[in-house]
Formats: sequence, C-alpha cells, structure tokens
Amino acid sequence: MPVEIIEPGLGSSIQDLGRPGYYNVGIPPGGALDLASARIANLLVGNDEGAAVIESPYMGPKLRFTEDTLVAVTGATMEPRLNGETVPQWEAVPVTAGDELSFGFLEAGARIYIAVAGGFDVPEALGSRSTYPIGRFGGFQGRPLAAGDAVPVGSGSGTPGTSVPEHLRPSWTREVDVRVVLGLYDYRLAPAGLSAFLDESWTLTPVADRMGFRYTGPTLEWIEREQPFGAGSDPSNIVDAGYPVGSIQVPGGVEPIILHRDAVSGGGYAMVATVISADMDLVGQCSPGATTRFRAVSLDNALAARHEYRSRLQELRSALGA
Amino acid sequence: MTSVTTEETTQERESRYSWGADEHLVVQISEEMSLPANFTAMAMSTALDERGLDGIIDICPANASLLVRFDPDVIAPADLEAQVRDVEAAVAHNPHLSLETRIFDIPVWYNDPFTNETGARFRDRHQRPEGNDLEFAAIENGLPSAEAFIEAHSSSPWIASMVGFVAGLPFLFQMVERERQLEVPKYLRPRTDTPERTVGYGGCFSCIYSVRGAGGYQMFGITPVPIFDPEQRLADFEEFMVLFRPGDIVKFRPIDEEEFNRIRADVDAGTHKVRQAPVTFVLEDFLADPDGYNAHLLEALNAR
Repeated sequence: MPVEIIEPGLGSSIQDLGRPGYYNVGIPPGGALDLASARIANLLVGNDEGAAVIESPYMGPKLRFTEDTLVAVTGATMEPRLNGETVPQWEAVPVTAGDELSFGFLEAGARIYIAVAGGFDVPEALGSRSTYPIGRFGGFQGRPLAAGDAVPVGSGSGTPGTSVPEHLRPSWTREVDVRVVLGLYDYRLAPAGLSAFLDESWTLTPVADRMGFRYTGPTLEWIEREQPFGAGSDPSNIVDAGYPVGSIQVPGGVEPIILHRDAVSGGGYAMVATVISADMDLVGQCSPGATTRFRAVSLDNALAARHEYRSRLQELRSALGA
Repeated sequence: MTSVTTEETTQERESRYSWGADEHLVVQISEEMSLPANFTAMAMSTALDERGLDGIIDICPANASLLVRFDPDVIAPADLEAQVRDVEAAVAHNPHLSLETRIFDIPVWYNDPFTNETGARFRDRHQRPEGNDLEFAAIENGLPSAEAFIEAHSSSPWIASMVGFVAGLPFLFQMVERERQLEVPKYLRPRTDTPERTVGYGGCFSCIYSVRGAGGYQMFGITPVPIFDPEQRLADFEEFMVLFRPGDIVKFRPIDEEEFNRIRADVDAGTHKVRQAPVTFVLEDFLADPDGYNAHLLEALNAR
C-alpha cells in the first residue's frame, strides 16, 4: 500500500545509498547527501540501511499513510507532526491508515530523511532506487516527488518506540569546519590564493543542492600562464577532466563549489581540494548562510576520520540492536 | 604523409598523481590535450580494469587524465597508487598501443532551426550578436563560410576522449593534426537551455548533448539519433542506456531536413539502429598517416 504525497515540499526525492559504478559514462553516484541520517532512519524502522527513503531539503512534505506502519524522521531538526500532533524525531513512530505526517519549520541542518517500515519500493535502476532527475531515471518516475504521487512501500517489521539515544544524535550548527585534502590542481593557485582559500571564512549561497554547494568569499588568485592546448582561456580552466565527488572547484577564482552526489562527472574547471568522505554528510546538512572554513588535513587524517565515522555508525547500530 | 610531431612530445613529461581525499586518485597525464595523452588514459583504464582489483569502484578515463574512485577500507591508497603506477609503466613501454573500439555514423542536420532558435534566444551571452554560432566558428577559424566550417567538422572522424559531464555525453576530439584542429571559445556565459541531441563545440572539443539542459558550447546542429535512452526502448540501448563509451569513434555526416525527419520517424517507431562497425585503432599507424588511417577506419563503417 502506497504513501500518498499531499504536498511535496521543495524538491523531495527518493534516495538510497546510491549507484556506484557508472561514473565513467557520466552517471553520478547519487544517494542521500547525509548518508548516516538515511541509514539511521532505516535502522529505526527495522529496514536494511540501504532501503529507499525520502530526502527533503529545507521544507518537509505532507504525506498520507494508507496502511498501518512505522515511520522515522532523522537528519535536519524539523518538528514532525502526525495529524497535527508533535511526534519525536530519531524514533520509530507507529502510524495507522489515514494518518497524515507534516512538518514544522526547519530549525537546524538542511535535509530530513523519512523512512517507513519496508522502505519505499520504487523499481531499481542500475542497482539503486536513488532519483537522478537529469537522466530522468531512478526514484519515483525519474523525478522529484509531486503532489498526488502514490509511492509504493514494501512490507517490513520494526519495533515502535525504537529511538536513537540522545548522545548519538548529531547537532547542526551554522558555523562549520569542513576538512579537505588539498591537491588535484591546487598548484595552479597563487600562494596568496591558496592561503585565502584556507584562512578566510566562506558563506554558503542559495545555490546549494544535490549537485553542488556554492560559497561566497574572497577572490582567489591563480598563477597566470599561457594556457595549455585545449584548456580554455581563463587561468582557472583545465582540459576537461573527471571531477571527484566532494572536489572543490573555483571557476574564475570566485565562489568555490563543492560537488555533491548528483554532480556533473567532469568539466573544465581546476579543482583545488576535496572534502574528506567523513565530512560529506555535514556539507549536506548546511543551509544557505552557513559560515564555512576549509581546513586542510592529510590523507592519513582523512582515513582516520573515515575510521571514526564508521565506528560511530557501528555504535549506533549496536544502540539500535542492529 | 603528415606526422604529428607536436603531439608526441607531451608523453615525455611525468604524470602527476594526486588524491581526491580518501576515495579518489587522479592521474594528470598531460596538461594539454593530445591524442597520445588520451590514448594513455584509455589504455591505463583498460589495463587497470583487467587487473580486477577489489575495492575499485569507478575507473573514469578523461581527455588527458584518469580518475579512479576506490574504497580505502578494501584497497589501501598506497597499494592502489602502486598498481596504477605499474599499469602506467606498462602502457608507456608499449610502443604498439591499440584500442578495440567501434566507429559510428552520426547524421547531423547542421544549421537547423532548433539550435538556431535557441542560439538567438541567448544571444546576449554570446561573443557575436549578429549571425549564428556556425558563422562565428567559421570566422574564429579563418574559414570563408559556415559551409566550409561544416565541411571541416564533418570530414574527419572524432574520438570520444571522455564520456561524462552528464549521463552519456561524449567529449569528442577530432582525429587530425594539431594545425587542422578547430578551436572555438565557449559562450561568454552559459545558456540555461540546449536542445537534446545538439552537436556542440567548446575549446578543442565537440560534443553531443545527451539530454536537454544548461550548456556553454557553441551549437552547430542537431542529430536525429538518441545517444541516451533511459527507457531502453531502442535496440541500440538493449544492454545499456548510454550509447557511447570512452574510445568510441564518431563520423558526422551532414543531412538535410528530409533525412532528419525520416530518421526521427524511425526513432519514434522504435525501429532505428545507429550504423556502426567494430574497429581496431592503432595509435602509431594513425600518427604516421592520420588521413590515410582515417580513410581505412571509414572503410569498415562504409562496408556496413
């Protein structure tokens, strides 16, 4: 029995953990921007961590259930309401057929994740249920959710009241440090440009979506040169190359862009650093206006942070009896 | 016979290895575009893929570089780097690099009303307010007319030196000497719209837009042939929704409105198939005689 979309919010879409393996033909990994929150939402309702959830940026959708089930909301802080009554986040909440789930305003973070027991049962495309709107496939009919959609749900069994212990819940702030590994084409930045990139603070612009996050701040200076054949005329141009997910490019030396999981797979702008995998969820939970500093770490530091991220997830799984 | 001396020197320099944080390795083979640099990226991709290493998620050859996405919990970065360097050394020491690939006939209605209308709509973002993108490209390349530019664009084949940006979009590098390569700057500011299947041009690359959307390349025409089919409706997409793979060779063929409409009708009926043939592309043979070698490649296509 499906979940009905009464109001879709702002670009809500079906996501899972993504579709690796097709980047060489320009199909990005996709998947939840805050993967940990998507995993936890699933664990709360008794699903596999990779089941499909709804990701809603900035504004919650309004949903109607057509059978008795369990729902959990994680990610950004945004009050869930069942038939108008406040219900907790980070907890498996029982619902009955006909119940309506809506939301208050965004209080912290950027994206909520909604899981139902059994998972959203849209067809897999290239091994994933994640929506890829540019390619018009995946998710619900290859597009963001719209009012009137009836999204199928699988069958599942979870335990009502399962909740994430307070100390394991993330807290979102408006001032973040994002750890990056410098490299790629950073040798093209003038020393002053590189210092400014790391020393100044940056403000997230409204251009912050599943493809990329754009920041305002100082202009970065590039080393002038005669451009190599095929590289384009601006000093920030390179011969078109593959873009790592999480890489940061600075077209024209202004407004760095962090590419996220639905990004273009390549292009002609020099990348100067890459966000470490452990901080990609944090980037996904930043909303416009967030003050950001890029902090350079070594590859070993990035690996250590990755290890910590995984340990934290493991702790969560234990706490939830998974 | 013409040799391609300017391009051969690019392989002398050492590649640059760099980490895209903990999940990506990027190998910059050359800062400038050249067929040998691209061939190295392709050959390294193939050889790395053949090793079947656990923990490698994506191997993406690009124009003059290679991107590898990996899981560092399965393969340590240092081990991956050692493997890729080993692959690069093997490729560098092979003087007989070749590519088992395919050549495609891609019909193009140049100077068509769809891209001309879109170009007119975004003229405020263009270098030259008068005329269309084809006329601009002809002037930029010192050619007497749009027709002369179309002839230069369609007479020699192109190699898909990279597939990406968005799903299934091929970057195409023309298989001619450096002196004959066409160069056209991109729009001053990107358009917010480009018709699906537009044949575009930016820098030294042609492309075919696989989907409708934003774009900054000059627009020269439109092909009736889909290159991306997420519903996998046509026979060419039975196995996969994307037509082109890195290393495919494309020959553009100018067509008129009538042929365009005939092919579109076949596409709509679900009966259309792209004309293609398997070919072996030997780099040294090409570099020794580009035009002669291209003629040899086209024979395989014309035999179909």
